Amino acid sequence: MDFFVGIKGKDFVMVCSDTSASHSIISIKQDEDKIVPIDSHKVFCIAGEAGDRVNFSEYIIANIKLYALRNGTELNTKSVANYTRGELATALRSSPYHCNLLLAGYDKEAGASLYWMDYLATLNKINTGGTGYGSYFCLSLFDKMWHPNLTVDEGVAMMEAGIAEVKKRLVVAPPHYIIKVVDKDGVRVVKNI
Amino acid sequence: MSIFSYNGAAIVAMAGKECVAIGSDLRFGVQLQTMTCDTPKVYKIHDKLYLGLSGLQTDATTLHQKLMFRHNLYKLREERDMKPSTFGNMLSNALYERRFGPYFAAPVVAGLEPDGTPFLCGMDTIGAIESSKDFMLTGTSPESLYGMCESMWRPDMDPDELFETVAQCLMSGCDRDALAGWGAIIHVITKDQVITRTLKTRMD
Repeated sequence: MDFFVGIKGKDFVMVCSDTSASHSIISIKQDEDKIVPIDSHKVFCIAGEAGDRVNFSEYIIANIKLYALRNGTELNTKSVANYTRGELATALRSSPYHCNLLLAGYDKEAGASLYWMDYLATLNKINTGGTGYGSYFCLSLFDKMWHPNLTVDEGVAMMEAGIAEVKKRLVVAPPHYIIKVVDKDGVRVVKNI
Repeated sequence: MSIFSYNGAAIVAMAGKECVAIGSDLRFGVQLQTMTCDTPKVYKIHDKLYLGLSGLQTDATTLHQKLMFRHNLYKLREERDMKPSTFGNMLSNALYERRFGPYFAAPVVAGLEPDGTPFLCGMDTIGAIESSKDFMLTGTSPESLYGMCESMWRPDMDPDELFETVAQCLMSGCDRDALAGWGAIIHVITKDQVITRTLKTRMD
């Protein structure tokens, strides 16, 4: 099961995902990067059904790029989040996409923002959140450790504590994780566990 | 689990003397997992009209966006805000349009008519509208909320008394509800202002 968590800090968003790709009981690879960039300052973390995940993310990313090409300006994170929700909501009552996702982005005006969306097209702006079984173990921990002026180092410490909890208590815990940060300088990998 | 209790909500609206108050809890959850505690379920349509939507949150969001769209068009055409009674009827119609594939959201409309009289109405998921002189509520534990409101409401309350009453009803009504609570937000609408207060309640 895919594991994604996100934490919004003072002027950055940190996301962590596991890096395993598997089909039922078979592990295909252990170094898959599931945090996909939408543009220079936004990323998607999409978990869910096999085909829907990639199909949906590619569809959204292509449309975001098309908007940027047509209008000469990039969309901000809130717009991308609402556009994505709209696509999920429209498809919901015909052929729904079965994916839960996190959207992390940085804009000059709004700063860092983190959005949580589920397969029913429920959209929420959050400070900490996640999807998957692993997130159940992390959310309370994050509630305790989060504060509005979080720094990158504190964020990494939070993530490591969460991952340690998942590894200890989740029966099917993934072995490897990747942590990325989105801030004014773009997207970068902070740690590989 | 019922689709109406997938996310969880509690919304109470009450009428006072030339004022109305509407409040909701702040929990957003997915079945038994709480995700955030800052998601109000009451939306402002205009200064004298507020809409509360309980039920499946995605449908509540979609419905709210559709209604804002229709209200904005109305404002452009009519050059005025929509009356709450008109809005209630429009909402009822919008819900019944989807009779055989409904929005899983139950609304409560609270507002002041142009002459200052309070207006309250509520609907079920397919738009069966019922208006009320005292209170209107919806949510995942309506029995608790009805019990509280029926005993606490009295006619001709002023804005401060009305706020106190709605606050106590909402807080006590949500205490026994696992899916609603985690804070509350209450708007008190009078003819010249809207006062919004956020309450910290039992955080469980």
